[in-house]
Amino acid sequence: MNEYTMPIIFGVTLGTIARIMMLRTDYRQYPTYLHGKTIHLSLGFIAALLGAVAVPAIMEMEFTAVTLLTVAATQFRDVRNMERNTLTEIDGFELVPRGKTYIEGIAISFESRNYLVIFTAFIGTLFYIIWNVYFAIAGALVSLFISKFLMSGSNIKDIVDIEYHPLHFEGAGLYVENIYIMNIGLPERQEEIIKYGMGFVLTPKNMNVITTIGNLGQRQAILHDVSISLGVFRDSGTPALTPLIKRDLDDGRIGIFILPQVREIDKAKEIIGAVPVLENAIRMPSESKKHNKEE
Amino acid sequence: MKLEKAVLAVITTNKTKISGGAPIFICEDKNELESVAANLEAITDGIAHALGDEIFIIVKH
Repeated sequence: MNEYTMPIIFGVTLGTIARIMMLRTDYRQYPTYLHGKTIHLSLGFIAALLGAVAVPAIMEMEFTAVTLLTVAATQFRDVRNMERNTLTEIDGFELVPRGKTYIEGIAISFESRNYLVIFTAFIGTLFYIIWNVYFAIAGALVSLFISKFLMSGSNIKDIVDIEYHPLHFEGAGLYVENIYIMNIGLPERQEEIIKYGMGFVLTPKNMNVITTIGNLGQRQAILHDVSISLGVFRDSGTPALTPLIKRDLDDGRIGIFILPQVREIDKAKEIIGAVPVLENAIRMPSESKKHNKEE
Repeated sequence: MKLEKAVLAVITTNKTKISGGAPIFICEDKNELESVAANLEAITDGIAHALGDEIFIIVKH
């Protein structure tokens, strides 16, 4: 035991708690299994340890020890690769795939969560050493709160208005309101689709959103999340029963055609609304200098 | 070259309108047309699209 033992233990515990808090298994069901969780908790523990020992290293003027953090950065970049590979591998066997953009988003957040753990452990240990345990607890709560805040992006319902529209056919063409979805030739398939399908139209609230929801990855993420939460009426070898999203080129609205097993309009609206807006899909054309140039 | 989409079969009741290319199935009436299209859809894992009352195509997506 020396003067740094307690602060380090405190920092490590704190960092690990932060990782546990950020490791939620929700409707996305990922990571679901005990093994997946164990990997992330262990890595979180290592991250916390790195963050915690960085402080005494600096205090003891051992600046070279801090270069260890760069090793950590490499290590956690591997976490991103690992997640990406696993998810891409299993994506081919999903009834409705996640899509590359969604996978990339998940992989990035797994990496960044480890950095937040390092940050939290660092703050905890630093405050403990400089002041005392009470300040450390306060600082810990603040950094946990910041982590929580940084980890939550916006949802689809923040950027669009969601409306239900029944599906209808014009000849062989399937439509959601006036948005063409696809051509279904067989009358029996058409009946199935009318019976089991639901249509929704998302109207963007502003110009930036048009590009964001037009992103193919974002659209696939919506379909995936809806199919996960409400079930999906399809099987391999029934490509006619594929949930699809098409865009109205005139005004950028998107028409969603889904085949859920639970057909409740309000629930479906809520679920579409809760789909995360993918970081990689966000575009801000309104921030462009060309638009904001003073005339 | 990997084809993303391909027309796997053409099913029709009016043989004057088609020729060459994909396998062609000529049917007597609309009922036969639909049942052949439904079978081919299931067999080929494609989608039966209607180009009109007389012609259906099976497309692999």
